Amino acid sequence: MGKSLTMLQAITEAMDQKLGQDDRVMIMGEDIGVNGGVFRATEGLYEKHGKDRVVDTPLAESGIIGSAIGLALNGMLPIVEIQFLAFIYPGFEQLVSHAARMRYRTRGQFGVPLVIRTPYGAGIRGPELHSESVETFFAHTPGLKVVAPSNPYDAKGLLISAIEDPDPVVFLEPTKLYRAFKEEVPEEMYRIPIGQAKVVQEGSDLTIFAWGAMLREALNAAKKIENEKGWKCEVVDLRTLYPLDRDTIVQSIKKTGRALIVHEAHKTAGLGAEIISIINDEALIYLKAPIKRVTGFDVPVPPFSIEDHYLPTVERVKQGITDTITF
Amino acid sequence: MEKTGNPIMKAHSSGVEPEMFQVLTPEGEIVETIDPKIDKSLMLKMYESMLLLRTFDRKSINLQRQGRMGTYAPFEGQEASQVGSALALSAGDWMFPTYRDHGAAIIHGQELYRVFLYWMAHFEGSICPEGKRIMPPSVPIATQMVHAVGTAWASKLKGEKNVSIAYFGDGATSEGDFHEALNFAGVYKTPTIFFCQNNGYAISVPFNKQSASKTISQRAAAYDIPGVRVDGNDIFAVWLTVKEAVERALKGEGPTLIEAITFRYGAHTTADNPAIYREQDEISTFWRENRDPITRLKKFLIKEGYWNDEQEEMVLKQFNEQIDAHLQKAEAYPKSNPLEMFNHVYANESWHLKEQQQELEQILKKGVNK
Repeated sequence: MGKSLTMLQAITEAMDQKLGQDDRVMIMGEDIGVNGGVFRATEGLYEKHGKDRVVDTPLAESGIIGSAIGLALNGMLPIVEIQFLAFIYPGFEQLVSHAARMRYRTRGQFGVPLVIRTPYGAGIRGPELHSESVETFFAHTPGLKVVAPSNPYDAKGLLISAIEDPDPVVFLEPTKLYRAFKEEVPEEMYRIPIGQAKVVQEGSDLTIFAWGAMLREALNAAKKIENEKGWKCEVVDLRTLYPLDRDTIVQSIKKTGRALIVHEAHKTAGLGAEIISIINDEALIYLKAPIKRVTGFDVPVPPFSIEDHYLPTVERVKQGITDTITF
Repeated sequence: MEKTGNPIMKAHSSGVEPEMFQVLTPEGEIVETIDPKIDKSLMLKMYESMLLLRTFDRKSINLQRQGRMGTYAPFEGQEASQVGSALALSAGDWMFPTYRDHGAAIIHGQELYRVFLYWMAHFEGSICPEGKRIMPPSVPIATQMVHAVGTAWASKLKGEKNVSIAYFGDGATSEGDFHEALNFAGVYKTPTIFFCQNNGYAISVPFNKQSASKTISQRAAAYDIPGVRVDGNDIFAVWLTVKEAVERALKGEGPTLIEAITFRYGAHTTADNPAIYREQDEISTFWRENRDPITRLKKFLIKEGYWNDEQEEMVLKQFNEQIDAHLQKAEAYPKSNPLEMFNHVYANESWHLKEQQQELEQILKKGVNK
């Protein structure tokens, strides 16, 4: 039996169940204990599992991630919450220079089974530096895995996989979707493998690749364009951003022959470019049109009064579909 | 003056800036009562360990000069700090060295040939013997300090009787991670020992340019943890201080910051020329002649009748043979297979690494990468 949960509730449930099942699991971060997290992702867990396992830390991201590395080296399974993705930078060195490299340097002698959970993305009317999508920074780092769920079901299954993963996982939670909708989530623990994309909607004319909050824009645009023009778009939720699920990407292109990539991250050196490169390497001769990207612009995420114009909209996605299909 | 062998308690309870704790003067005189006792066999172990390390260090510089090893970071002059601290640990304690602390790592159980392998750029140079907890040298400054908070925190949570020790230099104390580590360790009362070898220079920058703080140990007060300043060339003082810090940690009394005053005689690395930034000949001669950690213990041991030149000659011969045997092993070590670069990026290899590995394999087969 399942329950109807928001993504936030599904994330809380995943952590609650892992805390209950495995003594090695602990959560640490700013305001995550008594306060239950600024988005309430850890609500109730401090009371239930205690202050040693749900730890309010000092306000210092390098200290948090660095000490979590030590905890992980010595047998714990820490889940770190970074309050917003753009606040991770003081801990970036710890993540990139140590967490991602410890297994490599010690030739497998010591690993860092660490999860960094952090809300990311725009569209929540956030203050400055509360809305970034800099997933590329992490997807450019050998040794890290990067995951971004787009719905409650995947969020729970992917988070459990991330906690059980022997290597560090950056778990990006689309802030805009935290409470956007509910769906049926099984009560038991289940796992969605890291590294597997999902074909959310089958289609024959074009494939839209998206993740996180952009998945809903992609689905809405696909639905509208089908109603208006009769074109059937396949929609692929990448779910894991590093390493990418090449097989699913390529199979879909072989079927549809056209691709549109939608991401809210900046365009230049965004993951869209990597997806285009995969298609170029593996399925160029199947392409009927150049691959298009609908992305956030190459500007700092602007103040929220105009952020909707920074983000890809359903209209921009529809235009991208039309341009590609009528090329 | 009341004499005590408990420098941390003295410094912390008095609330005043501590003087440098010293037990053995450069003349080899004992100026503090030693408590706990350091018996003869431990004294000899200290002395021989320092001799071994100095021999190793000098040999390593020569190997680099001969092109048999890559850039090397020498520690000559800092032997008392490294040996004294490492000998105060138990076998299962976590050690987080920097690139200049392979002396401490060797004393804690790292094998000599692996240290050679590290500087010869073999992957296997970062591995410690099975069951040991000696982490690979940290290259980014101060970053390892927070790891030593985490491992100690886990020991505490699991009820394991182990401490974690982080090595770092005076330059590291300007980094954010130094402060974050002390703060976290203070908050969670982790059994961590922060062992600073203040050798006066962060490459070229002297400590008076590094900070307006008079001492490093005084920073501990800000985090309400004990901080103590010791003569880092006095191995008795170092050992006693670290020993006490270990005991405090294991009793649940939390972390300690130790500032060991020492000096590196040579360059920052074999790629550095210290004559550019200090009166290298004068200053290193001064330390060698007046403050040397090995000479001072030797004076004491000879006075006590524990040591003589004959023994020294014999031990040095034995160390040279031992080091040469490890060097031989390191130089005979098979060259890393280029394909190994793809291993251990993840516990389970991903498709893209498998493919890139195959790509390199093909290139190697064709022999185009000469």
